Amino acid sequence: MISTHFPVLQVALPLLAAPACVVFRQATVTWLLALSVSCISFLISISLLWQAYSTGEIRYELGGWAAPWGIEYKVDVVNAFVLVIVSGMSSVVLVYARESLRYELGIRRIHLAYTGWLLCLTGLLGITVTGDAFNVFVFLEISSLSSYLLISLGPDRRALTAAFQYLVMGTIGATFILIGVGLLYMMTGTLNMADLSERIPAVSHTTTVHAAFAFLALGIALKAAVFPLHYWLPNAYTYAPSAVTAFMAASATKVSIYLLLRFFFDIFSESFSLRTMRLNEILLIMGVVAIFSMSLVAIYQHNVKRMLAYSSVAQVGYMVLGIGLASPTGITAAILHLFNHALMKGALFMALGCMFYRIKSLELNDLAGIGRTMPWTTMAFVVGGLSLIGVPLTVGFVSKWYLILAALERDWWWLAVLVVASSLLAVVYIWRVVEAAYFKPAPNTEVNEAPLSLLIPTWLLIVANVYFGINAQLTIDFASVAAADLLGLR
Amino acid sequence: METQIALILTILIPLFGAVLIAAAGSQPNLREAVTIGTSVLLFLQVLFLLEQSDGQAVAVLATPFPGLPLSLSTEPLGLLFATVASGLWIITSIYSIGYMRGNNEQHQTRFYVFFAISIAAAMGVALSANVFTLFVFYEVLTLSTYPLVTHKGTDEARQGGRVYLGILLATSFSFFLVALVWTWNAAGHLDFTAGGILKGKIDPAFLPLLVALYLFGIGKAALMPFHRWLPAAMVAPTPVSALLHAVAVVKAGVFSVLKITVYVFGIDFLRETGANRWMMWVAAATVILASLVALTKDNLKARLAYSTVSQLSYIVLGAMLVNSVAVVGAGMHIATHALGKITLFFCAGAIYVATHKTEISDMDGLGRSMPITYAAMLIGCLSIIGLPLTGGFWSKWYLMLGAASAEQWAMLAVFLISTLLNVAYLMVIPIRGFLFPPRSTPATSNAIREAPFPSVAALAVTAVGCIVVFFYAQPLYRLLTEMSTG
Amino acid sequence: MTYIGLYNYWIVFLLMMTGLYVVIVSTNLIKKIIGLNIFQTSVFILYISIGKVAGGTAPILAEGYKIYSNPLPHVLILTAIVVGVATTALGLALIVRIHSEYGSVDEEKIYQNDPVD
Repeated sequence: MISTHFPVLQVALPLLAAPACVVFRQATVTWLLALSVSCISFLISISLLWQAYSTGEIRYELGGWAAPWGIEYKVDVVNAFVLVIVSGMSSVVLVYARESLRYELGIRRIHLAYTGWLLCLTGLLGITVTGDAFNVFVFLEISSLSSYLLISLGPDRRALTAAFQYLVMGTIGATFILIGVGLLYMMTGTLNMADLSERIPAVSHTTTVHAAFAFLALGIALKAAVFPLHYWLPNAYTYAPSAVTAFMAASATKVSIYLLLRFFFDIFSESFSLRTMRLNEILLIMGVVAIFSMSLVAIYQHNVKRMLAYSSVAQVGYMVLGIGLASPTGITAAILHLFNHALMKGALFMALGCMFYRIKSLELNDLAGIGRTMPWTTMAFVVGGLSLIGVPLTVGFVSKWYLILAALERDWWWLAVLVVASSLLAVVYIWRVVEAAYFKPAPNTEVNEAPLSLLIPTWLLIVANVYFGINAQLTIDFASVAAADLLGLR
Repeated sequence: METQIALILTILIPLFGAVLIAAAGSQPNLREAVTIGTSVLLFLQVLFLLEQSDGQAVAVLATPFPGLPLSLSTEPLGLLFATVASGLWIITSIYSIGYMRGNNEQHQTRFYVFFAISIAAAMGVALSANVFTLFVFYEVLTLSTYPLVTHKGTDEARQGGRVYLGILLATSFSFFLVALVWTWNAAGHLDFTAGGILKGKIDPAFLPLLVALYLFGIGKAALMPFHRWLPAAMVAPTPVSALLHAVAVVKAGVFSVLKITVYVFGIDFLRETGANRWMMWVAAATVILASLVALTKDNLKARLAYSTVSQLSYIVLGAMLVNSVAVVGAGMHIATHALGKITLFFCAGAIYVATHKTEISDMDGLGRSMPITYAAMLIGCLSIIGLPLTGGFWSKWYLMLGAASAEQWAMLAVFLISTLLNVAYLMVIPIRGFLFPPRSTPATSNAIREAPFPSVAALAVTAVGCIVVFFYAQPLYRLLTEMSTG
Repeated sequence: MTYIGLYNYWIVFLLMMTGLYVVIVSTNLIKKIIGLNIFQTSVFILYISIGKVAGGTAPILAEGYKIYSNPLPHVLILTAIVVGVATTALGLALIVRIHSEYGSVDEEKIYQNDPVD
């Protein structure tokens, strides 16, 4: 049965398609290949999620070698959910990417961009699906290297320095993860995640394990852009091509947050991470600081893409806050926000890409009057913005609700009020764009609405934003089962 | 027709109407016909719901969160608000036709579309079956009225829109949402239930804080110090000010306050724990202070805005007096103030269309050139003041009766003093209009005519309505006592 | 084991700090990449040090030997070295493009031309 091999096919298909893209040089053919592989991955991930949800976790031994000596892929509801997010976003954004990349890259060898895309997808899916700690490092580097490549393809020459900066910081982060894994291997003799979780408690009092914890925490936090290790993100998101930003904003940081969850709740037991090493206090403080400082910085940006990039760092702060609350509701909130933020930011960055396609700039002043000349695009931005603010009936409200609930369960008033107050900061920076778009007069140049191939994927995500905001049962279900799994309550 | 379907239709009819209005945008007469047709249909639908006496039918729209449905139900106070809002929509649509065309306003289609969406949101607020649904439709109302407030598109409009949105979103997120989640955490559900849902579920020491969170969080009730959005929203065209700020938006606010007081806290529970005392004084302060500010305003719409702030706090004060008589008075005031205020705003708009005057000191002697308008204005002023023969008399009567039966003599004094202040800042306008000689030369004052016919017709209808309500207050009273005892 | 006996870990520590120092302090982009390489090399040495089993011989099955060194870290390091090479290659390729766009590989000169806001 081919479905038993789904875990490895999830990763193998994009991996094999990538060199195929190098061979087929034609732009349309490689785009079709990338899109179809991405869609097949999406279908596989849905099947894996359904299986993990109904029957329990799936374990797959690579090459038939038994764990813990062989590499094992382990799929439970947590990572299946993230798999769905990543492959789904990749598929939707690829539909958008064809025209957008053609316009922004304008290079003859665009098939190489699709190669990079598929490698990035491979890496992200691989990190999520694997059950072996070193395998995480390998796939992490695969996805990181290909994202450095994709970012550097941006139309502005600052994309090059942004990619370089990301390369340096990302490599340091990944190497820290490598060190952490190495130290763990030194103390336990195994790399398999399940085996590690069994063997660590015996040695968890040693300095080596504490050091491993610290290195891992730093490395993962850097890749996830947790404040204050977020420095690479604003530049990388601003100067990358629109489709790449949409894809990465919706997937790369999500996978890193998943790694945080996996390492600190599954491998190191919850009691070690939270009680002994007090990670939750650090995450709580960093989360709150991230939310406020980054939202404030976002308000003062005049490049809208950069503004949304800082907003993304603030949203990572929300996820980290949920994890720091460490209760079933808190972690449910964090996992819900993984999904919801992917939908929100994916839609917002795609809407920005539509605007860039027509007016060639994303400075706030240049967006004057765009509400009249590009009504559908601007409306998409407004709805996505409302979702970011957390207006009820959108997906952003669902995450905020669970965060407030998690804070009130601990009787932490002040935290609930802080979460809500931060939404108001989002109102300020979103409304600056709304006012520029609708209240300023349009310049005289002829500007048309964006083409359908850009609008339709954007609106697909916007509709998803509203749909999952009105009917959040499904996502809440998955998220709470995942949280229960992580906390060992199921 | 099933009551449940009828409930859902009250939201769908205006929404569907909005779509049709947008489609008919290029043909003004067709578009106006669609607006009026939709509003009549909605009113008939609400009347149908009023007939259904089968108590609590509940229609569930969607369930975003487990245990938290978006649902609608029929309930006396809600039906009262729905009737007022839908009835006045018809009249305001007729008025708007005269005003918008008379003023040659831009973007009329956008205006009518968002008007319809706002009415749909107001229906959702009125018929909500739990606090969550109330909150959701409350937010939708804020957002859908923003394009109406900033209709003119000028810098002034944008600034007004910022204050409007800023205060309403800030209060609803920071206070209302937190209060909501707190209630949910404490009581386990958010359904409106007779007698309240918090008894025994919450430490009485925290109750005043929760009451304050709700009352300040419902920014649309314009309790000081969160009232600034109301004068700021006067930058909108007068039909917007009239319906939304004299009827739908602010009434949604005080309606929510009343509904939450009666069905979430429970009047008896509040009275036992005394949690109402602080907010009672805040409401009383708002009544007096807003009236005093109104005295200083020369701009007619600004004066009316502060008058509304003061009158809204009558309703909040009635709710916070926590006895059934005061609550009935508060509910009646929703209806009577709506009629009175809308008449006054209609007149203000008619004056603007006919003469382009906005300041009261310029309006001397206009009564002779615009007799119908000023007669209606006189009736509206009398209704707000609460003289017998106008509907406002009954609501003030019950409010004062409630204050007396609760032995809150200070509050009774507040009602009396503010009535005197009402006379001071309101009666000036018709007196100067009828009795003072006109400022301008006879030549120009002869050129002033009444505003376009639809507008004059509308304001005449609402003025007559103020008088009619005095004689036919019985159905209102019956409906409301059902609520406070049932 | 005395502190001196753990000399390979001291070397790891030294190289790691040197590498990080070079990355952070140099303004020349190529030197940053070299610093990154030094940093990564320290990690390689860390892994290899772990692999040595006291008294063990090379991990190839042979008659008469009972204790073998652990081959797994060597495998892991080979992977990591490949990753390191790929990173260096990509980094240098980016530097070539940066040089053709900006005419310099010095970070300060680059940021003078295009201030990052």
